[in-house]
Amino acid sequence: MSKYTEDDLKKELETKEYEYGFYTDIESDTFPVGLNEDIVRAISQKKEEPEWMTEWRLEAFRYWKEMVEPEWANVHYEKPDFQNISYYSAPNKKPKYESLDEVDPELLETFNKLGISLDEQKKLAGVAVDIVMDSVSVATTFKDTLAEKGIIFCSISEAIKKHPELVKKYIGTVVPQRDNFYAALNSAVFSDGSFCYIPKGVRCPMELSTYFRINQAGTGQFERTLVIAEEGSYVSYLEGCTAPSRDENQLHAAVVELIALDDAEIKYSTVQNWFPGNKEGKGGVYNFVTKRGLCETNAKISWTQVETGSAVTWKYPSCILKGDNSIGEFYSIAVTNNFQQADTGTKMVHLGKNTRSTIISKGISAGKSQNSYRGLVQINSRAENARNFSQCDSLLMGNDCGAHTFPYIEAKNKSARVEHEATTSKIGEDQIFYCNQRGIDTEKAIALIVNGFSKEVLNKLPMEFAVEAQKLLEISLEGSVG
Amino acid sequence: MLHIKDLHAGVEEKEILKGIDLDVKPGEVHAIMGPNGSGKSTLASVIAGKEEFEIIKGDLEFEGEDISELDPEERAHKGLFLSFQYPVEIPGVSVTNFVKTAINETRKAKGQKDMPAGEMLKKIKEKADLLEIDRKFLSRSLNEGFSGGEKKRNEIFQLAMLEPKLAILDETDSGLDIDALKVVANGVNKLKSKDNAVIVITHYQRLLDYIVPDYVHVLMGGKIVKSGNKELAKELEAKGYDWIKEELV
Repeated sequence: MSKYTEDDLKKELETKEYEYGFYTDIESDTFPVGLNEDIVRAISQKKEEPEWMTEWRLEAFRYWKEMVEPEWANVHYEKPDFQNISYYSAPNKKPKYESLDEVDPELLETFNKLGISLDEQKKLAGVAVDIVMDSVSVATTFKDTLAEKGIIFCSISEAIKKHPELVKKYIGTVVPQRDNFYAALNSAVFSDGSFCYIPKGVRCPMELSTYFRINQAGTGQFERTLVIAEEGSYVSYLEGCTAPSRDENQLHAAVVELIALDDAEIKYSTVQNWFPGNKEGKGGVYNFVTKRGLCETNAKISWTQVETGSAVTWKYPSCILKGDNSIGEFYSIAVTNNFQQADTGTKMVHLGKNTRSTIISKGISAGKSQNSYRGLVQINSRAENARNFSQCDSLLMGNDCGAHTFPYIEAKNKSARVEHEATTSKIGEDQIFYCNQRGIDTEKAIALIVNGFSKEVLNKLPMEFAVEAQKLLEISLEGSVG
Repeated sequence: MLHIKDLHAGVEEKEILKGIDLDVKPGEVHAIMGPNGSGKSTLASVIAGKEEFEIIKGDLEFEGEDISELDPEERAHKGLFLSFQYPVEIPGVSVTNFVKTAINETRKAKGQKDMPAGEMLKKIKEKADLLEIDRKFLSRSLNEGFSGGEKKRNEIFQLAMLEPKLAILDETDSGLDIDALKVVANGVNKLKSKDNAVIVITHYQRLLDYIVPDYVHVLMGGKIVKSGNKELAKELEAKGYDWIKEELV
């Protein structure tokens, strides 16, 4: 009889290697390391940007130079040397492909390995894919269908050229250049990203989907995403990513800005699976992301995220509930294993009357990892009848990991109603044995328990994404039994 | 079906079972009774293969095969079922989903394909009706917020769905009021056949009014000290366990 104990469970969880660790050798056009005004100008020039954009970047760079890296998060890591990073890398062959045949076969192979081949994606009903491979968009599909409705879905570089008035009007309005250290850095050097514009009253007929990848040794990735939903429009946006194994730490500092005008709704879903480092805690992606959405009157923004990767995560998708009756939602699953550290959560800033927000956060910690929820619910003095409900649940596996909850509540209006619930539980030998006795092996039992724990959030994901997310949870936490 | 001979087992250094002999044949119902701490639940756990228990010596065979080295799920796949005294909660996993997973994992282990959804639903409906289980119950999270009676009824529902060869009911009557006890017992009786067998572990005689045993064994100090028919259970109820102790001296 094998003696399955919590120690075994722990060992099992630790021995699960990153399954998507491979590296595609595509010739890249890479800048020398270091950051100064010349590099910022060169990036802008490389991307054939107009003068105002170059100036905007330079302004951000000057702010950044004066700022220091934040240290309040519950994470510990060796700070990146920002002068030892190359700030631009684009695949050498970068034509805009019309069909898959024209795409570099090696790139397609990478996507095949990930099980997200373009082919499959294209066949999947209603999913347009805009792939960001290192920094430049290499393929965009379904553009025509979207164009018919007046929807713009393209890379941010293209948007800067073709729709400068929109970009100029909205970029930096939700996340200003000097919002924080990483946002300033991103504003200065962002390489590419996605842009999405939904015209007034239009309901986007398909889930818009972008896969991000980091794929060049030593190249930081600085994505910039801007989603604008005009009055009464609706869009569901999916973002997912996996990255190859790498020894050195990779920096990722993205900025995502969402703007939901009156009566508009934006649903933004993320599945994140960047290289978390190996089981000794070596390597892995540093993920310092600023995501924020602005809701005008009666607007709604939902953030749903499944975070399984990265060595260090610093991420708080937030909502500014500016308009009356606007709604903000945050549904999150954060998984940490081995030596991963995550400090993630949300900010709900209630400015308008009758604004409502919901926060459901599920943290799963295994190995020697540390998983923190950090959330701020802020009720402004003018926000009459604001309501918030927060629920933070933590699931622990083994005895060496940690789960932490840092809820902050600032209510400046007496009519506010703020509720906070938190639970911490542990996968126990008894639960595993119970499943075993019903014929369910340990690996499957863990998957079942974790999926049950995460269900409320998984249910919020679009169908095709939910399946992928479920797979990721299993990959992140299971070990090969026996 | 189940053959146990001179079984010694325990936790770490402590021996709890000190030489158990037990033979269960298809179609039979055995009751194992005994005072607290006599080793009843340990016996159930050892048969099911719970990790923390170690077999020190003796034979543990199921259907002619030595199962002492098998993982608990492998024993389950062979048709061994344990109805837990304290069923665990698994939040977010519905009764239906859990049972479906259990059935399909068992089928997978036997090299069979998943049970078709239609067949699964039909079976769930049939067994739920048999045990007078409300359909709403099946979509609730496994054992979460269940009353004692609901937990036990859920165990019997799983028993009905998995159709094991041998079912061990560990203190299924504890925490049940008389009505719940009747429902659970009726369920077990309906599921009984000449091909399967039941071991009822209980402290009290009252469950045996409803699930009538062919044999009654008294477990004391890690040994079966007396065996008999259902009359023995009644005698125990009336006189307690002390007279057996005295007999042994």
